[in-house]
Amino acid sequence: MTRRVLILFAHPVLERSRVNRKLLDAVRGLPDVTIHDLYEVYPTLGIDVAREQALLLDHDAIVFQHPFYWYSAPAILKEWQDLVLEHGWAYGAGGDKLRGKLTLNAVSTGGPEQAYRSDGYNRFSIRELLAPWDQTAHLCGMRFLAPFVVHAALKVAGTDELAAPRLAYRHVIEALRDDRLDVDRAMTATTLNAELAAVLTRVAQR
Amino acid sequence: MTDTVLFQAFVYLTAAVLFVPVAKRAGLGAVLGYLIAGVIIGPWALGLVGQEGHSVMHFAEFGVVMMLFLVGLELRPALLWQMRRPILGLGGAQVVVCAALITGAALALGVAWKPAIAVGLIFSMSSTAIVLSTLAERGLLKTQGGQASFSVLLFQDIAVIPILAVFPLLAMAAPELVSTSSGDGEAAWVTGLKLLGAVGGVVIAGRFVVRPVFQFLAAVKLRESFTAAALLLVVGIALLMQQVGLSPALGTFVAGVVLADSEYRHELEADIEPFKGLLLGLFFISIGATIDLDLIVAEPLQIAGIVLGSMAIKLLALRALGRVFGLDRPSRWTLAFALAQVGEFAFVLLSFGVQSRIFSHEFAGPLVASVAISMVLSPLLFIALERWVLPRVAERAVERAQDEIAHADTPVVFAGYGRFGQMVGRMLRANRIPVTILDLDPEMVDVLGRLGVKAYYGDASRVDLLHAAGCAHAKLFVLAVDDKAEATKIAHAVRTHFPHLTILARCRDRPHYFELRALGIRHVYRETFGSAYETGIEALRQLGYRANTAHRLARKWRDHEERELEQLAGVWNTDRSAYFAGVRRAMDEAERLMREEDPVVYTERDAAWDNESLRADTRVDAAAAPVPPAEPS
Repeated sequence: MTRRVLILFAHPVLERSRVNRKLLDAVRGLPDVTIHDLYEVYPTLGIDVAREQALLLDHDAIVFQHPFYWYSAPAILKEWQDLVLEHGWAYGAGGDKLRGKLTLNAVSTGGPEQAYRSDGYNRFSIRELLAPWDQTAHLCGMRFLAPFVVHAALKVAGTDELAAPRLAYRHVIEALRDDRLDVDRAMTATTLNAELAAVLTRVAQR
Repeated sequence: MTDTVLFQAFVYLTAAVLFVPVAKRAGLGAVLGYLIAGVIIGPWALGLVGQEGHSVMHFAEFGVVMMLFLVGLELRPALLWQMRRPILGLGGAQVVVCAALITGAALALGVAWKPAIAVGLIFSMSSTAIVLSTLAERGLLKTQGGQASFSVLLFQDIAVIPILAVFPLLAMAAPELVSTSSGDGEAAWVTGLKLLGAVGGVVIAGRFVVRPVFQFLAAVKLRESFTAAALLLVVGIALLMQQVGLSPALGTFVAGVVLADSEYRHELEADIEPFKGLLLGLFFISIGATIDLDLIVAEPLQIAGIVLGSMAIKLLALRALGRVFGLDRPSRWTLAFALAQVGEFAFVLLSFGVQSRIFSHEFAGPLVASVAISMVLSPLLFIALERWVLPRVAERAVERAQDEIAHADTPVVFAGYGRFGQMVGRMLRANRIPVTILDLDPEMVDVLGRLGVKAYYGDASRVDLLHAAGCAHAKLFVLAVDDKAEATKIAHAVRTHFPHLTILARCRDRPHYFELRALGIRHVYRETFGSAYETGIEALRQLGYRANTAHRLARKWRDHEERELEQLAGVWNTDRSAYFAGVRRAMDEAERLMREEDPVVYTERDAAWDNESLRADTRVDAAAAPVPPAEPS
């Protein structure tokens, strides 16, 4: 089985991005993977709800790729949620259009991994901070997978340092697409990259 | 030396180069320039060209043929079919009425009835060459009056054929002495058959022969052979038409219409255009050169009488016909002034009349001179039309009775519902907001009516009309008329009598903006700002800027622009020197801003989503330092 993967990408100034641009390049052009650059399509936040819903229906896995601004996403993704996830369509009575789909966040953070701990200056883990996304997915009947995280994005200097995350991201997206991902494991992991080998093993063993 | 072709060409070209630009600059128009040039180089002034002027004119008449070919190219068959009523109705009526009136005048002056009819028919003709050139030069060709004039001229071109057929019957002497190619002596049905055959032949050849030939030539990509073929086409058709005794101009016109749909239309136009221009110029010069000044000096009163009398009759008849055929007032006057002269066909018909022995050479002489003079006068008539007549009748047109407004009670009142107002109005109507529309353009009101939009004709600066439009209860007044003075007048009236109304005003330019702001209108919109703004954003995007960045830059620029404009509005009325100082400062400021908005500099200044400072922070101490939480890419 092949899953069609939709990457909903949000970065207000991609020309200044160091990590996200490289990550995006790593998955660009993959078959059955659609990249949807929200800020480029809706620079005035005038989101076309019908078009977005059609895109969602056309895909089986939804990846939100964005920098982790203020422990969440850039503004356009909030607007996207508010408009696209309609009652009666995505949730509530008759709202079953997204049921069964997989979803995850692929984020870059400024702080290092150890900052996202109870004793770090950010106090919460990425998974904890993603609770609203988790619950949103839950309400829509979607399966919320652990996030893909690139930490300390500000300190990333050259392409070399990004080689590993780029490859990992590509593996995750391909595994998602080719059903080579242990979904149960992926749902409970802290981050996908931390447990990459374990998450990807299931099908590999088969 | 004066006989060589090169010298002749030199004289004609010099005259054209010297006089035409001068005449044009002086506002007299190119046609009059050519005519004056002709008079000056003619036998009665400088004498640089002599009696051969007639033969030159004959040659140059081909310019008229080419002009009608070009006119035909502009006129697709469907369009021509739409014009059948003005062509047959107005054109036919013009020839019949003018011929009858002039015949009557000639009879009253004691001319025998046969020559009187001939003169009537001859003088009913107008000058296709002068009228179409002048209408095009003055940009009147596409107006209602211009179109009506064109229709009449087209009918006249057709009418020459039966007129030539009728002439031998009017002869004082036996007609068998006359031998021409015009089909005299033939039964009418033979002539008719020839006409149909020739026109049909041109149509069929145009469809099935000419296109493949041009296709082939275009494929070969030989520019000059294409030009040659285009000329060959025109010359060939003219020759064919002459053979069967039809007007060459009419034949090439038909050919032009047939080819109007073809893909080679623009190339044909471009190829023929310069030839037409030069030949027409030559034609006008030769008319000027053939004016017999001796005769005019000898018989000034007689000739003045013929010229003024015939032109007055035609002018009044045309104006009346324009009214009968439902033209509006400016168009009626345009038609009348345009076609009042007697045309170049008259030269041909007068000499044919002499040949046919309808009248003597001595009888024709003053008539030929009168025709030439009337042609020289017609550019002057156009100037009179534009300077004195049209402005007056246009103002009169406004006097259409103001529409009665039943009882308007809508939240929004529009003044002006053209290109600008309609867009605003459609947006409101799409959201089921009822609007009341006032417009000063009767045509627009009628068009809107046909589209099912109720609009009222009337001057929105009149307080009674504003009351009737429901301004007392409305919330919003959209001021979208395109005339600056009119807009200011309306704005003043609304501000004075309905101070509670919020006005949204369209303005043309900066001074207008200041003017409206000075009236206390807060919402003033420069009419081209929106589309220029969008274009600027798209330009940035096309240059590789991300959509979101392009929008942010554009908004920043717009905010600056609007702030500056507001500041300038404050001093516009009170202190003119402060205003200009302000404009200078604003220009410097904008330049500085532009420099800063250079993408490289800009990225360092714009703090939005900035992570440079964060980056510096993390470099000092990554894990321990409490980093501000705006997170990076």
